[in-house]
Amino acid sequence: MTDSKGNNLNLVQLGPQADSARDRFWRSLDERAGNEAYQKSLAQEFPAGRSLKNPAGLNRRDLLKLMGASAGLAGLTACTKLPPEKIVPYVRQPEEFVPGIPLFYATAMPFGGVGRGLLVESHLGRPTKVEGNPGHPGSLGGADVFGQASVLTLYDPDRSQVPYHLGHVSAWEEFIADFGNALVNERATGGAGLRILTGTITSPTLADQMKSVLSRFPSARWHQYEPCGRHNAREGARLAFGQYVNTVYRFDKADVILSLDSDVFFAEPGSLRYARDFANHRRVSGPDSSMSRLYAIESTPSITGSQADHRIPLRSSDIEAVARSVAAGLGLQAGNAAPLPKEVSADVVAAIVRDLQSHKGSSLVVVGEQQPAAVHALAHAMNHALGNTGQTVIFTEPLEASATDEIKSLKDLVSDMDSGHVHTLLILGSNPAYNAPADVPFVAALNKVDFRVHLGLYSDETADLCHWHIPEAHYLESWGDVRNYDGSVSIVQPLIAPLYGGKTLLEVLALVQGQASVSPHDMVRGYWQQQSGGRSAQPAGASFESFWETSLNNGWLEGTAPPAKQVTPSADTAAKSSAQDVQGLEVVLRPDPSVWDGSLANNAWLMELPRPFSKLTWDNTLLVSPATAARLGLQREDVVKLQIEGREVEAPVMVLPGQAANSLTLHLGYGRTRAGGVGNGVGANAYPIRTSDAPWIATGVTASKTGGKHHLVTTQNHHLIDQKSTKVEEESENAFDRGLVRVGTLADYKQRPDFAQDPPEESTEAPSMYFPYHYTQANSWGMSIDLNSCIGCNACIVACYAENNISVVGKDEVDNGRDMQWIRVDTYFRGDLDNPEAYHELMLCQHCENAPCEYVCPVGATVHSPEGLNLMVYNRCVGTRYCSNNCPYKVRRFNFKLYSDWDTPSLFPLRNPDVTVRSRGVMEKCTYCVQRIMEAKIAADRDETVIADGQIQTACQQTCPTEAIVFGNLNDPESKVSKRKAQTRDYGLLRDLNVRPRTTYLARLRNPNPEIKG
Amino acid sequence: MPQVFHRSMNTISRVSLVGAVLLIGGLGYLGWAFNQSPYYTNAKLQLEQPVPFSHKHHTMDDGIDCRYCHTSVEKSSFAGIPPTETCMTCHSQIWTNASMLEPVRASYATGQSLEWARVNALPDFVYFNHSIHVKKGIGCTTCHGQLGEMPITWKENTLYMRWCIDCHKHPEQYVRRREDVFKAVYHPPANQVEMGRQLVREYKIRTFTNCETCHR
Amino acid sequence: MDPENDNRTAVVETEEVIAPGHTYASVSDRVTDMVLTWPIGIRWAAGLALALGLLFVLNLALGVVFTIGVGVWGINIPVGWGFAITNFVWWIGIGHAGTLISAFLLLMRQQWRTSINRFAEAMTIFAVACAGMFPLAHMGRPWLFYWLLPYPDTMGTWPQFRSPLVWDVFAVSTYLTVSLVFWYTGLLPDLATLRDRAKSRAVKIIYGFASLGWRGSASHWSRYEVASLLLAGLSTPLVVSVHTVVSFDFTIAIIPGWHSTIFPPYFVAGAIYSGFAMVLTLAIPLRKYYHLEDFVTMKHLDFMGKVMLATGLVVAYSYVMEAFMAFYSGNQYERYMMLNRMTGPYAVTFWTLIFCNLVGPQVLWIRKFRQSPWLLFGVSLVVQTGMWLERFVIIITGLHRDFIPSSWGMFYPTRWDYMTFLGTLGLFFTLFYLFIRVMPMIAIHELRDLVHKKQHEAKAESH
Repeated sequence: MTDSKGNNLNLVQLGPQADSARDRFWRSLDERAGNEAYQKSLAQEFPAGRSLKNPAGLNRRDLLKLMGASAGLAGLTACTKLPPEKIVPYVRQPEEFVPGIPLFYATAMPFGGVGRGLLVESHLGRPTKVEGNPGHPGSLGGADVFGQASVLTLYDPDRSQVPYHLGHVSAWEEFIADFGNALVNERATGGAGLRILTGTITSPTLADQMKSVLSRFPSARWHQYEPCGRHNAREGARLAFGQYVNTVYRFDKADVILSLDSDVFFAEPGSLRYARDFANHRRVSGPDSSMSRLYAIESTPSITGSQADHRIPLRSSDIEAVARSVAAGLGLQAGNAAPLPKEVSADVVAAIVRDLQSHKGSSLVVVGEQQPAAVHALAHAMNHALGNTGQTVIFTEPLEASATDEIKSLKDLVSDMDSGHVHTLLILGSNPAYNAPADVPFVAALNKVDFRVHLGLYSDETADLCHWHIPEAHYLESWGDVRNYDGSVSIVQPLIAPLYGGKTLLEVLALVQGQASVSPHDMVRGYWQQQSGGRSAQPAGASFESFWETSLNNGWLEGTAPPAKQVTPSADTAAKSSAQDVQGLEVVLRPDPSVWDGSLANNAWLMELPRPFSKLTWDNTLLVSPATAARLGLQREDVVKLQIEGREVEAPVMVLPGQAANSLTLHLGYGRTRAGGVGNGVGANAYPIRTSDAPWIATGVTASKTGGKHHLVTTQNHHLIDQKSTKVEEESENAFDRGLVRVGTLADYKQRPDFAQDPPEESTEAPSMYFPYHYTQANSWGMSIDLNSCIGCNACIVACYAENNISVVGKDEVDNGRDMQWIRVDTYFRGDLDNPEAYHELMLCQHCENAPCEYVCPVGATVHSPEGLNLMVYNRCVGTRYCSNNCPYKVRRFNFKLYSDWDTPSLFPLRNPDVTVRSRGVMEKCTYCVQRIMEAKIAADRDETVIADGQIQTACQQTCPTEAIVFGNLNDPESKVSKRKAQTRDYGLLRDLNVRPRTTYLARLRNPNPEIKG
Repeated sequence: MPQVFHRSMNTISRVSLVGAVLLIGGLGYLGWAFNQSPYYTNAKLQLEQPVPFSHKHHTMDDGIDCRYCHTSVEKSSFAGIPPTETCMTCHSQIWTNASMLEPVRASYATGQSLEWARVNALPDFVYFNHSIHVKKGIGCTTCHGQLGEMPITWKENTLYMRWCIDCHKHPEQYVRRREDVFKAVYHPPANQVEMGRQLVREYKIRTFTNCETCHR
Repeated sequence: MDPENDNRTAVVETEEVIAPGHTYASVSDRVTDMVLTWPIGIRWAAGLALALGLLFVLNLALGVVFTIGVGVWGINIPVGWGFAITNFVWWIGIGHAGTLISAFLLLMRQQWRTSINRFAEAMTIFAVACAGMFPLAHMGRPWLFYWLLPYPDTMGTWPQFRSPLVWDVFAVSTYLTVSLVFWYTGLLPDLATLRDRAKSRAVKIIYGFASLGWRGSASHWSRYEVASLLLAGLSTPLVVSVHTVVSFDFTIAIIPGWHSTIFPPYFVAGAIYSGFAMVLTLAIPLRKYYHLEDFVTMKHLDFMGKVMLATGLVVAYSYVMEAFMAFYSGNQYERYMMLNRMTGPYAVTFWTLIFCNLVGPQVLWIRKFRQSPWLLFGVSLVVQTGMWLERFVIIITGLHRDFIPSSWGMFYPTRWDYMTFLGTLGLFFTLFYLFIRVMPMIAIHELRDLVHKKQHEAKAESH
């Protein structure tokens, strides 16, 4: 590849240690001034997934070798003499270490500044697997895709590994010196030229540090900017209450929920807890159970919307109008209500209003971040009017250590920079050069700063423009603290010493105060020791020592959850309206369900994760509704140019059922240029059309075909809707014909509890010539998946990646139909294209009783265990793929090439030592996490105990936020799984084939409002 | 018309027929022999070690229990290789300047681990758990040989799967009383099978030969 | 005399299984001359060169497959089997004609087999050799192929005898062995003839070794007769068994379009169908270029045409039944499979195969066509294409859309798929070219026997 000047670049040179510093430095600036050639060249350098193994480009010599190989193969046998190995014991073995037995530590992952409580598995000091922390209020044992994938980021070979000065490899000590000089002048001026830019900060200790920094440099300023933060929510609160507050929902008490463009089960800091409460509140154990009712009005299909009993697809900018008429219905002074959009009939609104009103105190109105502040305020007013405040809605002090209007904060910073007031700029853990709004000329202004420092996990777009880049410590490497969704504080404790000598924000702030060597641990501990004197952080009597120990053990600090705050919306709240233009096409920007704001773009697990609904991998697309696509003459893979006020972006189209007409959705976080080998050049960068005054919804858009095509790769190859996008594709139709997804309404279910059962003739058990298995031993394993609880959040897939050492194959191989995920979330649509019902169905090895895969294997590499498992023995497999052909569920995965990475040392410690790393030419599949089963069995046998129900959890089950997956012993009638399978909603897929799956499903139930027909 | 071949050809051809059969048989045997040979299996092979550690001396002469060094053998899948610290508990007192122990002292001083050559290695796709075998009355010497008679440690058995399976199918022929498990030299009693059967019942030993027992 | 370069134009087509006027000597001359001549013919050399070129392609393709993995092919999940197994079944099928002709027709006392059985058998062996490669090449870890053989290993494990793939190993290897022995036994007298007629001593010695000291004594002949009868009896059931077992690879599976009881007879018929097509493909050019019209007469072509027609009709019947059962069974998966075959993404291949195997060959009803060599040649090629497509359609359409719609996929062959296929053609023709150069492609002693019989008949009439 060549750069703008036609010089040859290569991978290494893209790292800042490129050619001469000055040249490098300035060239990169003009590149950021939007040099097409450069962007393109990067795109070629890192085509999606090409960095992964690819046999392309055999040269002559290779071919000759191949000839030899093929000739020599005749004589080739499997004489694999074991290579000599070394044993390297400790010199002084740490107390708690028992080689071969993992340890678990509680910690928390700051995400968007807010904490997610985690429990991390560590093998001899290497974190290998992240789980939710069962004791943590925000997790209750569940973890999301971001938490699960974070362990891969820790070991990411593309992480920045040394400090860089002007693009040259440097050292922390040199930085201390250089930075010291820079601060001399600042001290003189009281820090008039000193600015610190961070993401949203909730950490009390960090805030405390910041306070002392600002007291030392009174004229210095601290700016926060979180690209996908909760700006509107924050401003909405101020609009309603005149002050910033944090809103906490109680889905366990909400019987009727109105969701306005909200993905409350995925995108909120409290999503994991909300999803769990929601699922529990809808959990059906029998015909007498009750369910909450969820109305969702949203512009693009979200996993929250897929749970809705009534879903109305509607342009995001039209939603305010509906919200107002609902508010009016609730008797609020909803102000100048725009006319109701035609998609929503007055009767529906009336019905919703009636439903809400009949559930005063147990109803709930939630609003998505995409909606303008006014709608958030309106929701507060509605909840207040419905008496939900204190019931289903709790207000607390804001999570942010110092809550501000972050977008304004960034604008102020940039104008200061532009006017040359800023001399020293610390950019700590954020990447504004990539994700600043388009109308905020951050990059241009940056040149005017004399001394720029960047602290980050990657040497990213911003690092490239700074004098200094310092590697940041991953949260698994750092001490710290962070507030959770409900305001309680979690301790971030490291699982491993910084791999690359990364530094935490705390250390940098300490340095600003001239403390070169103070450990973050002491800062955090010190802060809380001093706190515990004053605030209620410590239960009376207990010594701080024990308090600290228990806190570390629990993963969060007792008694730090702020009390509920009594606030009432000002009378005119409902009247306030965002004067947003509601004409024509709109583009809604959203954080990506996989790479979020782009900071996770180099995480291969997330990149290859099929996005909800679209099943898209390795890309982002412009989601268009079938109707709109037809109107604009767009088809899948057409590249479209979006133009808004002179700003433009090109992205390929994907036609998605359930998308609102005239509303286009584009996910942020792609088009990175310095993310790393995985993320660079993948997808289209949406930030260039994002403006500070309309960060989420851009109206007045013109979309025009460029005539180009961009190949999109999905895992549900045979796409959801046919090319002409006129009807739901036969794939979904067949899914229902074949009884794969069984759905009923709660009412029907009460009438016919067995509606999901197979007709008797289809569940016959034909005689077999083979001897049946008798599960006389203690255990007979089985799994039950509750389709009523599964929200399709993908967490299970990533958990499986981490637990079972599953390899990533890259875009091309996914395109070839060779993705390696053991568990997948199938999505089927039903009903009319513009507003279909969407159903998620987890598909993993069903561990059949009469497994078709077993009897066709010529070498017995897949066999039945005495406890009913369908085993896969990698080292016996010769790779005929007959088992996969004969698997009716097609859940087996084959290593068509060498997919496992045997070359990248930094990835080795990531692997789970209890699971074989598969090599080329062997079949693999879900094992029900047999390694966990065996571990428990051996322990029980050794310690002469019995395995309690729930003691063995599969990785997918453990991480599931909604407890949709239950695994256990079918021989024990009291086990959770037996109880679930005893339900009348229980059904197995393809029972008529007499394969007798051990994994069965509970039929999905809907709870529609009888007043609303259709 | 002249004969193409000499008469002797008749005999030669007959003999070569027999020869061919023998040759094929011979090759087969060679293959098998190679597969069993120490060269291929590393069994009975004495490896170069940083310190010529003698199990014989430590277990028999000094009477040190296996578990003093292999601490996790009853808790974990991995028996545990003693940290230098453990060596030094004694050798900071005795043989304090034996040149033979120089590497150990060096390691203790510098904090650089000793690097032992692994004697008993299994492939990475085999998951063996010491704790459960010990618990079920399978002694150290059953797999590792009479360590009490090894001046330098070698691998006693081929560790072939067939060898594992043999015991997994007929534990009664190998199981011993729990109190005898850690005997560094052990010779099964005459009534092994009879005692074995009784112990199998007593220790609730089940014969696992299904794959997931070792392969995951 | 070089048979290629002598330009006798007048070809007398005959209705007999051998042209009149041939004597023991003349037949021996004509056949042996094709081998014992120097220099080699230019056309032959050119043909061999081409074949070797393709063989080289095979070497390359397999090299890539073995070093990078079967991932270089277009296969995936759900379509785990692609060209490799298609080729395997196709070649095995072709390998059926030889044994059928030599064994079956021998037992049936069919005189017309004599002049075609030799190269038909050779063809069989080469075809099976080609076929045998694919099960090996398509494995994910081919270097462990021997795990499919039952032998006392160090793991204490055995093959899984419930798997049809293990049955394949036995079926195919047995078939290869028996055909090889049968073929070679048949060759012995002729090799001896070559030994005796060879000019140079070196050649004498080579053929001398090859003929294992055959002296043509009465005892030799009587034992020879017994042996070939026994072998014929042995290999006749194999003709039926091998492709039955191969068809089990599919029928044993539960995949719609595979799981069908009609497969064994259907596959065997198909095998003979394609086998005879191949015999014609080889016989007609040979006949032309080596002027064998006297031995491979119109009668032969006519008979082979009839056999193809007959087996073709059996295959046609199977197709109809397959479709009928799919709908009659009321099984939605079967029904969808059949509709998908006819109208889905692979419909083209399906309808092409219907044309090639059902429609095209119907011209063979007409005697005139059966007796025009080049038309027969064309038909034979069409049929072979059709038979290849049949296997392709069965494998691909069965797999690419089975039970769970979310896992539906497509199979797109890569250049390595095509190269592997072309490569085996190279292997086959290389072997065949070498064969016709160094071995009598027609059984001399059987021809003499035939001449003998004819003379008897002639005498009988004159009296």
